[in-house]
Amino acid sequence: MNSTILWTILILAGLGLLLSVVLFVVAKKFKVEEDPRIDEVEKVMPGANCGGCGFAGCRAFAEAAVKAPDLDNNFCPVGGNAVMSKVAAILGYEIKEKAPQVAVVRCNGSCSNRPVVNVYDGARSCKVKAALYSGDTLCSYGCVGCGDCVAACAFGALSMNPETGLPEVDESRCTSCGACVKACPKSIIELRDKGPRGMREFVCCVNRDKGPAARKACAAACIGCGLCARTCTRGAIVIEDNVAYIDSAKCKLCRECEAVCPTGAIHGVNFPKELDKAAVKERIKNRATVNKEEQK
Amino acid sequence: MSKKVTFSIGGIHPDDNKISRNCAIEVLPLPGTMYVSMAQHLGAPAKPVVAVGDKVLTGQVIAEPGGFISAFVHSPASGTVKSIGPRKDLAGNPMTHIEIEVEGDEWVEGVDLSDTLVTEIPADSAAILDKIKSCGVVGLGGATFPTHVKLNPGPQARPECLILNGAECEPFLTSDYRILLEKTREIIVGAAIMQKVLGGIRTVIAIEENKPEAIKAVKAALAELPYDNITVLTMKKRYPQGGEKQLIDAVMKRQVKSGALPVSVGAVVQNVGTSLAVYEAVQKNKPLITNVLTVTGDCLPEEKQHNYLFRIGMPLSYIAEVAGGIPETAAKIVSGGPMMGKAVANADASTVKGSSSILYLSEAFTKRGEESACIRCGRCADACPMGLEPFLLRRLYNAGDLEALEENAVQDCIECGCCLYSCPANIPLLDNIRMAKGQVMAAIRSRAKK
Repeated sequence: MNSTILWTILILAGLGLLLSVVLFVVAKKFKVEEDPRIDEVEKVMPGANCGGCGFAGCRAFAEAAVKAPDLDNNFCPVGGNAVMSKVAAILGYEIKEKAPQVAVVRCNGSCSNRPVVNVYDGARSCKVKAALYSGDTLCSYGCVGCGDCVAACAFGALSMNPETGLPEVDESRCTSCGACVKACPKSIIELRDKGPRGMREFVCCVNRDKGPAARKACAAACIGCGLCARTCTRGAIVIEDNVAYIDSAKCKLCRECEAVCPTGAIHGVNFPKELDKAAVKERIKNRATVNKEEQK
Repeated sequence: MSKKVTFSIGGIHPDDNKISRNCAIEVLPLPGTMYVSMAQHLGAPAKPVVAVGDKVLTGQVIAEPGGFISAFVHSPASGTVKSIGPRKDLAGNPMTHIEIEVEGDEWVEGVDLSDTLVTEIPADSAAILDKIKSCGVVGLGGATFPTHVKLNPGPQARPECLILNGAECEPFLTSDYRILLEKTREIIVGAAIMQKVLGGIRTVIAIEENKPEAIKAVKAALAELPYDNITVLTMKKRYPQGGEKQLIDAVMKRQVKSGALPVSVGAVVQNVGTSLAVYEAVQKNKPLITNVLTVTGDCLPEEKQHNYLFRIGMPLSYIAEVAGGIPETAAKIVSGGPMMGKAVANADASTVKGSSSILYLSEAFTKRGEESACIRCGRCADACPMGLEPFLLRRLYNAGDLEALEENAVQDCIECGCCLYSCPANIPLLDNIRMAKGQVMAAIRSRAKK
């Protein structure tokens, strides 16, 4: 046999042996003691590394959760209560159950509702567009439609609807990580409680202009008339800066606000039946007359 | 003939398109209603000091500075204050405006409205600065920085050279050129006033070579007027020569360090328009309510081009109407130069102190080409007058690496648009760099607070 090949094999094998000994010694000597629970917690995490919890990834969250005295400030929105109860079991902590949330796009300025008054031909980025000017419609608060939120979503839950020009949320995929909320320069997207069987009421507008200006800009804008707030018997609706907001914790889903809203800015989703506006209005009217009679 | 100078790195040579150069300045008639914005300047918006229903005279103070870097705002006409409230500005964003129903043009007392040239300069520098401040003078070169702040660089500063910026390197614009021709002596007296405030330093009026008549006029006027140490300098035509740091490089051969002010190398730069405003404020007691604006564009016939003396608060749509309407072939209306100006999203927006033009540009001029991949030709880096690498900054922005962006001096970007202009792949370099700059500047500011 050629001695060159033999020597090569011998030298390489010897080198390998020597280095493996070095590696073994170093690994023993400089071993970092790590809490084994970190690995355990990481295993039960969703592993999306989306950053929705506020940490760089699932590993970073696991480290923080193990170090923290309780789980009050650490919550994985993607895994939700199911994952958090597993984490709690590993760590021996108690968890505060959180209501599941979902991203909600609060703009109804579709192409038919909101006339376009100028043409934007700059870079296709909401951030760039919003920094340059108020947008291609008269509404300076609404969606600018370049899809930064779609690009930010790691779960494919958002898509632009070409007909309306607005982003749409696929509720089955949304994990409420909040990436879209951060990506939106107009702060239109909000994480709201998903509600029982997904039913929820929300104001689908963030326009803070006064009524006439808002109405001129968009047919479906909240004009801040206050009709919904006056109708609501739970005190769930507040009007601030000419725009209504529904507190989902107080809302009992009676849909009265949705029925009285003159512009259709209030949306109810996932209800089993379609809203019978006339019937609800009748109910409100009857209640008002009963109240008056009682006062007499 | 002395040698023509220019700045040392980057720059581009767009066609200068100064079509309206021969149109003499015309005075615009007053409209029925004027809307005066509270954001006429860089810094904090001014605070209104009049109430609805008040009668105001032309030149009367209607708003006072809202902070250290801010300026007074004066009424552009006499009449009644109709309302004070939000109105959409050029970009469509709401800003507080004072609406004045115009009843006439009755000026406040003490303003010299005659054309006589006053060459005697007041002796007291502090009084001059006071006057400049109370007349609401701001830099008219584009940034509208309050002039009294710039002329008072502090006790440590050692100004050596006052540069009067007559470069007007933006294509199309001719407002500075026209005032250099028609208000030559006033500009020189204004320069002499600022020279005195800064301690009698060397003063250079820098003009680009494409304006030979202006250079001739200034030279002739300088020979007649009794001021020392003021000279004219001819510069080569190159964009963005009118940028503060580029101008200092061209005139003084000195480079301002990253993050430093021009006065750190002994330079103070003022626009020729500002010089005229300083003259009117100090010698005539006239507050800054007028400026010259060019109505031009490639789709406007030459006879429809104008240079107008406008008053602040005139809606752009009103000026466009007086000038003969918006041409049908206009694809974009721009306020400011075609390189750095802003597209007008709201034609009803009002003019402000710094308004310099209404530009009607055809589709051929404004349409962005289809974006394609970067071919690493390096043209953007060659064109950048600040010595930055736009292609790299864009990549870092897309990666969200703020630290690396700061290391690569994204905060030095002057947003001149040379990179975008020279990019063969139509990549929106400036759009991305501007966003990156905003984020880095915010990070620097929050660090400084801690």
